[in-house]
Amino acid sequence: METAEIYQEFTKIFHDVFNDDSIVVRPDLAANDVEGWDSLSHIRLVLTVERSFGVKFSASEISKLKSVAGLVDLVRSKQSDS
Amino acid sequence: MCFSLFRELSWLPKSPPDFSLRCRALVDNPIDFGRRLQGLASFRLDENQLNHLAKLTTIARKAGADLQPLVPFRLAVLSNSTADFIIPTLVGTAARHGIALECIKADYDQVIQQALSPESVINRAKPDGVLLAVDYRALPLGCQLGSREEAANVVRQALSFIETARTGLKANSNVVCIVQTIAPPAERLFGSLDRVLPGALRYVIERVNIGLAESIVGTEDILLDVAGLAETVGLAEWHSPTEWNLAKLAFSNSYLPLYADHVARVLAALRGKSRRALVLDLDNTLWGGVIGDDGIEGIQCAQGDPAGEAYLSLQRLVLDLRARGIVLAVSSKNNDETARLPFREHPEMLIREEHIAVFQANWNDKATNIKAIAKELSLGVDSLVFLDDNPVERNLVHELLPEVAVPELPSDPALYARTLAAAGYFESIRFSDEDLKRARYYQDNAKRVGLQTAAGDVDAYLASLEMEITFQPFDETGRGRITQLINKSNQYNLTTKRYTEAEVAVAERDTDFFTLQVRLSDRFGDNGMISVVICRQHADSEWEIDTWLMSCRVLGRGVEQMVLGEILHHAERRGIRKLIGSYRPTDRNKLVRDHYSKLGFTQVRRDADGSTVWELQTETANVAETAMKVRRLDFGPHREASRRVTAHA
Repeated sequence: METAEIYQEFTKIFHDVFNDDSIVVRPDLAANDVEGWDSLSHIRLVLTVERSFGVKFSASEISKLKSVAGLVDLVRSKQSDS
Repeated sequence: MCFSLFRELSWLPKSPPDFSLRCRALVDNPIDFGRRLQGLASFRLDENQLNHLAKLTTIARKAGADLQPLVPFRLAVLSNSTADFIIPTLVGTAARHGIALECIKADYDQVIQQALSPESVINRAKPDGVLLAVDYRALPLGCQLGSREEAANVVRQALSFIETARTGLKANSNVVCIVQTIAPPAERLFGSLDRVLPGALRYVIERVNIGLAESIVGTEDILLDVAGLAETVGLAEWHSPTEWNLAKLAFSNSYLPLYADHVARVLAALRGKSRRALVLDLDNTLWGGVIGDDGIEGIQCAQGDPAGEAYLSLQRLVLDLRARGIVLAVSSKNNDETARLPFREHPEMLIREEHIAVFQANWNDKATNIKAIAKELSLGVDSLVFLDDNPVERNLVHELLPEVAVPELPSDPALYARTLAAAGYFESIRFSDEDLKRARYYQDNAKRVGLQTAAGDVDAYLASLEMEITFQPFDETGRGRITQLINKSNQYNLTTKRYTEAEVAVAERDTDFFTLQVRLSDRFGDNGMISVVICRQHADSEWEIDTWLMSCRVLGRGVEQMVLGEILHHAERRGIRKLIGSYRPTDRNKLVRDHYSKLGFTQVRRDADGSTVWELQTETANVAETAMKVRRLDFGPHREASRRVTAHA
């Protein structure tokens, strides 16, 4: 899957998880930029990404995540594994 | 399929693409909030969507909106895992079951403290019920292997942990406790021996669950069988070690919607909102095939035939439901006599006429019939479940009577029983003598209720189906199916004349014939060829309608009017002034006795055997067409562009 397609899917996921269709998903988007992005919704976000791309992350991979770009890279690396 | 049935709650209709728009509309205009919220909650929703509904509920409550007809329930959640994920999902799901849920959350892993202290958040809140969401990690289950006595001791301690919590909550708040059974972890120590060896985790948990079930008897508390739920989806699916480590989730978040639905069923049962009656379609639901066309020998509901056994397994479940007090009714598009035939004469049918309380077989729309059934049973329509294989019928009832539960069914009838059972419409927290008596009360009834006035705006519903009808003269491609329909159709068949494929080929080529093969599609899919017409030219200006038949699957959708419109369209272009139609009665086609009269023909003859002959002057004909798109293919040099019929007033 191309990075652009992943971002497209991410946009849908962010809108769903944060209940806000105005969020623009950029590589440097961070928790402070999005209302309601707390530790709980972060878990929800990651689990929704897992379900939607059919991949699984380990707890340490998840705790290392710092940005949207990191999450996109993680999805790409899992997809090339399989 | 089986897998996603439970994870996705596949018995619920798919959520619409504009779900979030509808949510927003609910906030912008909170009129009739409760009912509309329930409508949105009744779709197949994931965790995020359920959270949205929970947020909407919070906003509405703060704004002082009326949540009627939802019934309020305040539930405290006591858990050794993270309840923050569970709670919003529960609130969203409860609306599906008619409950306006408010949750009170205690701090993580404070079960006993919260239960025993009169000043705890939980006890001060005076809830209506407490959910004891405790899993195996909360209980002291460690034990020396091989010692029967010590294992028994550990089981006692685990049970007393739960008992202490229950007693404390009862003393402080006098609430109903919902006690969960324990789902064992997927990992085993020895292997199969774990179930045999005293002290092995599986051995211990099995006995704890038995003890929990016994501890409920004679109290007003309720058991929520989480162990059973985890078994159904598979322990390795249910438990996610990663999610536990990450956020202390007692089970995988993928199953939150399923878990929440089970909790909400119990709450609904507590509030007396469980369903009471099951309304059954017949053809292709209770047996395979169409009784009116295939006859008693042709339908499938016999042992030894895989399709027949699939329908029998549904019949078995239905009878078991009846035995526990669920009232049965029938709603079928059929003649009453024809529909009752398998119940009376098929040797392998398990369900018999005496099992059915109300038997509605007629040609009315099903929403109307279901309302009549509810009235006859003195039940609200919100007590009914309607089971039908046909998505168009399901959707009609869903749109016109949203309070009726209408499970989506998979294409394989072998899974009908599982789907109906999985939906849990008849969840009950007690079983009484009255339940047993109810079945007897309705014995030997199978009552037929008179025709009612229409339940809702069927025309608007038909318009929403986005139907497209395709007209085409006979051709080589369609010949096989045309011949099959001519030789198989019994009910919607005016003359029941049978022709061979060679004879059909003659009608195809001979210019004395005008022929139509008709297909219909709608937003649920393609119904294929559903009607066949053969007209024979007499003199210069008359067409005799030799054959007119239609599949009963598309009854009540205005197809016959559209077909007449099409015949008239071509008749006019060929200088035909008069159409002559006839009805030849058989023991199967009573349905179309008034076909020509309804279409505005005038009766010109009636014979002793009941045959009738009808005429229509093409110039004065006036047809009420239904909203659908019309496509015309291959009408030779006269080929024309498509037309679109819009809704008539």
